[in-house]
Amino acid sequence: MWLWFYKLASPPYAYAIAARWRPWLLWSALILMVISAYGGLVLAPPDYQQKDAFRIMYVHVPSATLSLSVYVIMAVAAGIGLIWRIKLAHAVAAACAPIGAWFTVLALATGSIWGRPMWGTWWEWDPRLTSELIQLFLYLGYMALRSSFDDTQRADRAGAILAIVGVVNVPIVKYSVVWWNSLHQGPSISKLGAPSIASPMLWPLLLMMLAFMLYFAAVLCDRVRAEILRRERNASWLASVAAGT
Amino acid sequence: MSEFFAMGGYAGYVWSCYGLTLVILAGNLWFSRRELKAQIQRATRRNQTAETP
Repeated sequence: MWLWFYKLASPPYAYAIAARWRPWLLWSALILMVISAYGGLVLAPPDYQQKDAFRIMYVHVPSATLSLSVYVIMAVAAGIGLIWRIKLAHAVAAACAPIGAWFTVLALATGSIWGRPMWGTWWEWDPRLTSELIQLFLYLGYMALRSSFDDTQRADRAGAILAIVGVVNVPIVKYSVVWWNSLHQGPSISKLGAPSIASPMLWPLLLMMLAFMLYFAAVLCDRVRAEILRRERNASWLASVAAGT
Repeated sequence: MSEFFAMGGYAGYVWSCYGLTLVILAGNLWFSRRELKAQIQRATRRNQTAETP
């Protein structure tokens, strides 16, 4: 196990692994997305309060979940890179940021579109919404900070510190609906014991979350490979990449 | 069928959300792929210039 981790930290090996896994991750993500979209849009009955508008949940909740978990992955990768000085970990962190930022945009946009008919407003300066907007700024700030350095190593280190400090916002977003009197509804899946959501409505959501995670992993494979190539200069193994193997 | 697309009067909201999701997910995939292709090309060029002094 440790040996495998050790091997994985070597850029050529990680590059090859990412290339090999990517199609499997992408295709399973796409198949699961189609199944869960069918379950969410067709099979699930309309909500007794929200009618058919609740179906927005099937894209809103997975993207919001990913906007937080991608950030945690990014911060952990950045921390590993900072402590053990593993170049690949920094490459993973840098690769996470744009994907996470897009998930955050998607969560904010779909939430806003849902809020219009349900709350009667596109936007409200509510704890959950505001903290999620800060989450977007953290991603953008991380990317802006990175791009302000010409030297990759310095960009890695400065970015890692921002990523780690910014992780405090993740529990704030997650528990904002519990801690404060938020307009946003409380959690319905992760309640301890029985989730307060009927199973014909629940399974498409859980499946869609899995599909989004697989999709994230597939996109991450491409982004990490691009990051590895950007960092590796004059390495002999690049010749085999250029040859198309 | 038309009832399905009407989404109980929420058609505009529901379908714009799903459409937006599709656009962002596809765009993300496409941009990442394009970035990878660009980096592969750069690596290829670097190798070629390194081989021919």
